[in-house]
Amino acid sequence: MATMAQQERVSVAVPPRRRRDITWSAFLWIAPTILLIGLFFIWPMILTTITSFETTDTLGNVTGFAGLKWYKDIFTDPANLTILRNNVLWLVVGTTLTVGIGLIIAVLVDRVKIEAVIKSTLFLPMALSATAAAVIWRFMYIYEPAGQPQIGLLNAFIGLFGIQPVAWFVNEVVNNFALIAIYVWMWTGFSMVILSAALKGVPDEIIEAAKIDGASRFTLFWRVMVPMIAPTLTVVTITMIINILKIFDVVYVNTGGDFHTSVIAQAFYDQLFTFQNYGLGSAWAVVLTIVILPVMIINLRRIRAERGSR
Amino acid sequence: MSTMDSQQIADLATSERAKSVSERFGSTERPRTAMERFTQALRNSTVTIIVVIVAVMWSIPTFGLFVSSFRPPALIASTGWWTGLVPPWHATIENYQAVIQGQGFGQAFINSLIIAIPGTLLPILIGSFAAYAFAWMKFPGRDFLFLVVVAMLVIPNQIALAPILSIFTSIGLTGQYAAVWIVHMAFGLPFAIFLLTNFFSALPKDLIESAHIDGASSFRTFWNLIIPLSVPALASLAIFQFMWVWNDLLIALIFLGGSADKAPLTLAVANLVGSYGENYQLLTAAAFISMALPLVVFFSLQRYFVRGILAGSVKG
Repeated sequence: MATMAQQERVSVAVPPRRRRDITWSAFLWIAPTILLIGLFFIWPMILTTITSFETTDTLGNVTGFAGLKWYKDIFTDPANLTILRNNVLWLVVGTTLTVGIGLIIAVLVDRVKIEAVIKSTLFLPMALSATAAAVIWRFMYIYEPAGQPQIGLLNAFIGLFGIQPVAWFVNEVVNNFALIAIYVWMWTGFSMVILSAALKGVPDEIIEAAKIDGASRFTLFWRVMVPMIAPTLTVVTITMIINILKIFDVVYVNTGGDFHTSVIAQAFYDQLFTFQNYGLGSAWAVVLTIVILPVMIINLRRIRAERGSR
Repeated sequence: MSTMDSQQIADLATSERAKSVSERFGSTERPRTAMERFTQALRNSTVTIIVVIVAVMWSIPTFGLFVSSFRPPALIASTGWWTGLVPPWHATIENYQAVIQGQGFGQAFINSLIIAIPGTLLPILIGSFAAYAFAWMKFPGRDFLFLVVVAMLVIPNQIALAPILSIFTSIGLTGQYAAVWIVHMAFGLPFAIFLLTNFFSALPKDLIESAHIDGASSFRTFWNLIIPLSVPALASLAIFQFMWVWNDLLIALIFLGGSADKAPLTLAVANLVGSYGENYQLLTAAAFISMALPLVVFFSLQRYFVRGILAGSVKG
């Protein structure tokens, strides 16, 4: 009896806070966000999807139903297939290089005294606009016809070995890679800084244990460190994939998509703002969203798991 | 890793105490003989040389532009910038003078500020309201709405441009600064909310609850407790957002494209690329002027910048 009374008193004194207390005013706090997300993301997505099945005049007025015509164009027209191929090239080469070089430098930079200086140097291009980067890289890529003095560093350099100057943005063997190089220059520092932080977070005990077990440096790196930073490696890779699938500015300011260097976002921009073909432009936007969808689902699963674990 | 808080990771990244990977990476046995010490030193200096070479390669493009911007127009167009590194130098500041006086870059710089300051503050303000609700309030659909907002991180912004442009044009907003502010506010929201929700929800629970028990309203808790405690996260977010808005070309191009008097620096430089095609001398100085402020921000607040990307993407 006494214990029950005590329990009674306790529960009166401190009413159990119910976990399901709902704060209705929360909707006031998120109202501006919901409004903006709806207006700038959800509604345009719906509208764009509808337009991608229609034909329009150059002012955007609907003139008829197109069915899957624009999608058929994207996946059959040779010029459009080149655009898709370029995106795949960007995705594979760009992601591999930014994450790969970033990881290598992150491991190496940890062993030198001037770590902070090296990191700043690689990270600096992140502070630049694609326009500024384009101007910077002009002085690397400028082409003068063979026989004339080369004022671009790359052509002057290969000239030392007797190689003919290359028109980096025009020559279709190299131009996509020349553009990707600019992106890699801008974003490797980002991967490097995050991966470096993750490497420093690997617990000492694990490293020591592996060393006692006689693991070589190589084994230590591939079998211990890389798996330990796998979550961070995933985040960095996903960020790069999303960035690269959406790539626009680097292409737009350097080549404008000419000489078969166009990518999906550039094609979308061209159709919408240059050719006023709203149907095809919208179809490109839908294709871009669908391509990104699997990445988004992986990312959401990750975020949900993190929130759950808290 | 997954139990690690973003703040801890950020601290690790900047902390001097963090043991270097190499200390742990290297052999457990200390080098005993002179030969072993020599090999170890050689190995360390090889690594140093490699990273220094990479860092130099990374700096060459920017350095080349920097040198070029101080060279006379005739020389820029006829000889490589590296010839400016040896005498006779022929260094000049006429490119900067020409751009600042003749190309309206002073105005463009001011326009960039007019766009960037509200374009930075607005999404942080609106985003921190929502992040507070997502982190500390219970309401139906909370997790779903949070996921919808975060999902928008990957949606290409371009998809919204045409519909928004037609609305803005019909209400006469196109060509106004307000149009650009609103667009940056909306596009900045998903990242702001993602980063701030992570940060807010990592704040000590007892503190927030005791404020409630003391009878503080939600708004007072938010304004007098959450915001002051979150200055590091808010600062890093502000740096990010500022860089994005300052460096943005596409949104300015579409929503201000027609009005040259309101054009920001990126647009002014891009127009110079178009109209002066081969006049590199103007471009060099113009590009450097457009880079000046982000570089100052970057170097003075680098610590926050790094913290921000860590908090935003390595939430474990």
